[in-house]
Amino acid sequence: MLQYTIRRTLFAIPTLLLISLVIFLLLDLAPGDPTAQLPLTIPPDVKEKIRVSLGLGEPIHIRYLLWLNQFFVNEPLHILSELTAMDLSGDRQRVISWQTRSPVVDIIVQRLPQTLWVVGLSYVVGVAIALPIGIISAYRQYSWFDQIGTFVSMVGFSVPTFFTGVLLIVVFSVQLNWLPSIYDTTLVVEDWNSFVRQVKQMIMPVMVLALYNAAQISRFMRASMLDNLNQEYVRTARAKGLRERVVILLHVLRNSLIPVVTVIALGIPAVFAGAIITEQVFKVNGLGQLLIISIEATDLPMVQTLTFIFAVLIVAFNLVADILYGILDPRIRYD
Amino acid sequence: MTEAVEFTAPPSSQWNDVWHQFKSHRGALVGCLFFVFILLTVAFGPMVWSIDPQYIDIRARNSGMSIAHPLGTDQLGRDTLARVIAGGRTSVAVGVTAMLLSVLLGTFVGVLAGFFPKFDGPLMRFTDLFLALPLLPLLLVMIMLFRDVLRSVLGPESGVFILIVCVIGITSWMQAARIVRGDVLSIKEREFVLASRSVGTPPVRLVIRHILPNILSPIMVSATLGIANAIITESALSFLGLGFPSDFPTWGRLLYDSTDYLQQYPERVLWPGLAISLTVLSVNYMGDGLRDALDPRIRGR
Amino acid sequence: MRPITFALASLALASSVAAERGSDGHVSIIYWQAPSILNPYLSGGTKDIESSSLILEPLARHDEMGNLVPWLAAEIPTVKNGGVAADLTSITWKLRDDILWSDGSPLTAEDVVFTADYCMNPDGGCAQLADFDNIVAVDALDGSTVRITFDGPKPYPYAALVGATTPILQKNQFENCVGAKAPECTAENFGPIGTGPFRVTDFRPNDVISLEANPNYRDPTKPAFATVTFKGGGDAASAARAVLETGEFDYAWNLQLAPDVLANMEAAGKGAVVSAFGTLVERLMVNLTDPDPDLGDMRSTRDHPHPFLSDIAVRQALSMAIERDLLVEIGYGKAGQPTCNVVPAPAVFASSANDGCLVQDIEAAKKLLDDAGWAMGADGVRAKDGVRLSILYQTSTNAVRQDFQALIKQWWAEIGVETELRNLSASVFFGGDPGSPDTYQKFYADIEMYANNFEGADPEAYLGNWRCGLDPRPDTQWQGPNVPRYCSEAYDALLSEMSQTGDIDERARLGKAMNDMLMQDFVMIPLVHRGRVSAHADSLGGVKLNTWDSELWNVADWHRVK
Repeated sequence: MLQYTIRRTLFAIPTLLLISLVIFLLLDLAPGDPTAQLPLTIPPDVKEKIRVSLGLGEPIHIRYLLWLNQFFVNEPLHILSELTAMDLSGDRQRVISWQTRSPVVDIIVQRLPQTLWVVGLSYVVGVAIALPIGIISAYRQYSWFDQIGTFVSMVGFSVPTFFTGVLLIVVFSVQLNWLPSIYDTTLVVEDWNSFVRQVKQMIMPVMVLALYNAAQISRFMRASMLDNLNQEYVRTARAKGLRERVVILLHVLRNSLIPVVTVIALGIPAVFAGAIITEQVFKVNGLGQLLIISIEATDLPMVQTLTFIFAVLIVAFNLVADILYGILDPRIRYD
Repeated sequence: MTEAVEFTAPPSSQWNDVWHQFKSHRGALVGCLFFVFILLTVAFGPMVWSIDPQYIDIRARNSGMSIAHPLGTDQLGRDTLARVIAGGRTSVAVGVTAMLLSVLLGTFVGVLAGFFPKFDGPLMRFTDLFLALPLLPLLLVMIMLFRDVLRSVLGPESGVFILIVCVIGITSWMQAARIVRGDVLSIKEREFVLASRSVGTPPVRLVIRHILPNILSPIMVSATLGIANAIITESALSFLGLGFPSDFPTWGRLLYDSTDYLQQYPERVLWPGLAISLTVLSVNYMGDGLRDALDPRIRGR
Repeated sequence: MRPITFALASLALASSVAAERGSDGHVSIIYWQAPSILNPYLSGGTKDIESSSLILEPLARHDEMGNLVPWLAAEIPTVKNGGVAADLTSITWKLRDDILWSDGSPLTAEDVVFTADYCMNPDGGCAQLADFDNIVAVDALDGSTVRITFDGPKPYPYAALVGATTPILQKNQFENCVGAKAPECTAENFGPIGTGPFRVTDFRPNDVISLEANPNYRDPTKPAFATVTFKGGGDAASAARAVLETGEFDYAWNLQLAPDVLANMEAAGKGAVVSAFGTLVERLMVNLTDPDPDLGDMRSTRDHPHPFLSDIAVRQALSMAIERDLLVEIGYGKAGQPTCNVVPAPAVFASSANDGCLVQDIEAAKKLLDDAGWAMGADGVRAKDGVRLSILYQTSTNAVRQDFQALIKQWWAEIGVETELRNLSASVFFGGDPGSPDTYQKFYADIEMYANNFEGADPEAYLGNWRCGLDPRPDTQWQGPNVPRYCSEAYDALLSEMSQTGDIDERARLGKAMNDMLMQDFVMIPLVHRGRVSAHADSLGGVKLNTWDSELWNVADWHRVK
């Protein structure tokens, strides 16, 4: 397994380079223009000068190599200089966003806290409620608990967040006036009062997203549990006189986790990608909002860097999932 | 004991068994009936309720439920019932076809990668690539490359339909592929597969007879979730200009358009929301029933 | 009359004496588009220009009536007061002597000269370069006097350094940020030192700006607010909700929402909706050239006239079939007026010669088409010589625009014109990517709809958009403002005449004549003169909505109503 992990990690490097190239080509091919959002009162020749000043005059392979150099050489050097307080990066150009004219990585770092707080927490909450619901629904298949669980999760998944988010705002912010409708990203938690405010502004976006995630994960958990509950080994375990709790939680659950692990591992990179719609609805302004407005503004350095970071996470977490398969089911071999 | 029955009975009665089990599953039966009802409504509804969903009766705008407009009208005075029916036609067709495409593609890739180790690496890295591609630019590129071609070959409506189904299918098969592969990896090491392999069953037969039936339930779940996903994604596509023309109603669009009017006319979001949820629920119950019916261990109980 | 004036004056006096800088605490503003940068020269986006207008100020600006008022300048230079040369080739600005930057240093003519050079640097990619057109030199005559010299007579010299788009930057701060280095100055671009009422304490790009009162602001009693939060992001509906319904914010910008939705929110009683009109006109552009895909590269170029839209009768009939009152009612309410002009304001330039279009006349439109030989076919679509009146009508994705499309499609169906609707993502439609088939400039459709306006109060540059030869075509990389591909010698002659004319009445006559020419040729079909709609909390006083400049132009006067 260790050998497999090392081999996969090494293989990930050319994979990621290839992915970065494909993303770059795709972004270049996609129609769009960094000056599209400027008012029509700005004449076309001025827009053309802006495009040239952004480096769009260069041919594509130069721009790609430039980005590679900026991202893989200059950015790490810059981080090193920050850490060691030595000037290693010198005059090296970092990856600069076209929209804000500032280093892309700084903005991403600035956005991480609210994304992790809201989207990350909602994922944790989602998983935490999905697993027990899935297990109980399967164990007591067709009980009232199962029926309600099925109904809620199906409605939760099929009603999009652009609707549930607005519904919650109308009920809890407008009608009841309990919760703020706009997330304050400048809020610093330093005492009890600010902590309460932070919790208040997080409740709605976290709940909307958690419902959506839980709906999906609990369905896979339930289905997989059902598959395993009727296997011979369960009968054997029960026949051996093991307690029901042990049978379910140790034997059945472990064997049922493979699809669930897959889904969760696919979901974690998505946490870092933010939740585009929910972030927009609640004005959380995390990484999801950053990605969508950068795409709308054709801010290619930003989109390229963000997408590439997601790609790294996707490759990494899929590797984690593959390793977990081996732990959950030792019979699985990769060769 | 059930296995003995199966063994001696002719193949046709196996499907009888499946049907029998399916029928006795109450949820599945209700789900199935409801789904048929939706299909009939969207297929033949326009013949019964003959108002043109695109006809604007500006004097009747924003009206509530009445005999002339059982579900009310929208901000331009278009009949909501007619729009829900017409929207369902598109949404159900797009939802089911795109889901089938994505699940078939996902299952195929997943089985291939999980069962044949030599395909595993390349196919899964390919999947990683697709997971990593930013969706919006990908869609814009697809519009640019294929819209006008399809429009001229197949006409505006069927061209757009095929494009949408392909776009949704191509951008959503990866999860199914990863899930199926994970399950296949585990199942192909189980005793019954090893046993079957040791008696020389060819791989294709092994996959169809032994692997596929055992990974059916995650596929069913993916399929159910996939329909909901496809219906919502379709509405997002129309904002990019990739979807159907803006006056062409679909459930996702109706829901989005009426969200602004949530406070004044809450019933307007209710109908498309309900239609999507109920369709997905009915497919879910059908999937449950089908899975139970195809599982010989449950079927006997 | 006099007592009232006196009462008002004393009231104003009382409030200004009582007020003290920062005494009204905190004000919060929400823009549903988030500012990316606080340097308007590096981004032409409205959100960026308006947010930086809290900090940076120009020499002069337009007030809410559209009149030029001096801001950092002591007075508006004119030919009469000698500020503008008699031959119209230069303008001399005199600065106020009481202006300090927020770091305490005085504003000098050097700063003004630097700002002009900063934008005119060829490597800087300055977004406001068009405002500096025709400028040959900008010189400091002394510490507080600046002369701008033009390459010829410039009848309207108030473009550069006037208005929120071209405010004065501090030379000391931006000295090392000129040309190619401009984008690297993150700290400067995110925290410019200004002369305005506020200064930045924290800037998070595309998210939120925190500001505090400028301690060196020229009026010691202003601004009334000590701190400002400027939040960006979301959508117009949620911004409106935050001001009108939940009261979390004090001011929300540009609320383009269906009028009944907005009215319903206003009824919650927490705030008021305000609107004002500039020159923005939502219009249909008619493609005078053939967008047939079979033409390949020659699609939508002047080599191939449009098969039926080159017939003026068809264009006129399309306009007559539209009921503009209803469009306003559905889409804009108080924030729109039906219009028949592409130059709807200022008043001196507004023509009344085309007002006949305000009344929908389906029958007359049908008759017009009948007379022109377009006979109704069996399928309800008119045709002549095998050419069917079948239109592809495109616009950007936006709820109001899609409603307009649906309505207009139905009206056109009534006169026998078939319409296919298409909506496109705004970032593609308004983008100039020559590789995309869907830009408004390429115009691979028969009709398209969008809104456009002109900056300031003079339409000369705007009317110049429809000069011959400015049509987008392959050899200009599909760039060019003449979207309908219009070309008329008579029109171009009027334009040349206007560029030589300084007299305002004569300019107005020429402007109207050109507007009427465009309208009576039906190369554009104006629909709605659109206003700006914003909302403020009832407790926020001093808001004067200004469409000629930044909406936040008078933020120094904003205060809490007690």
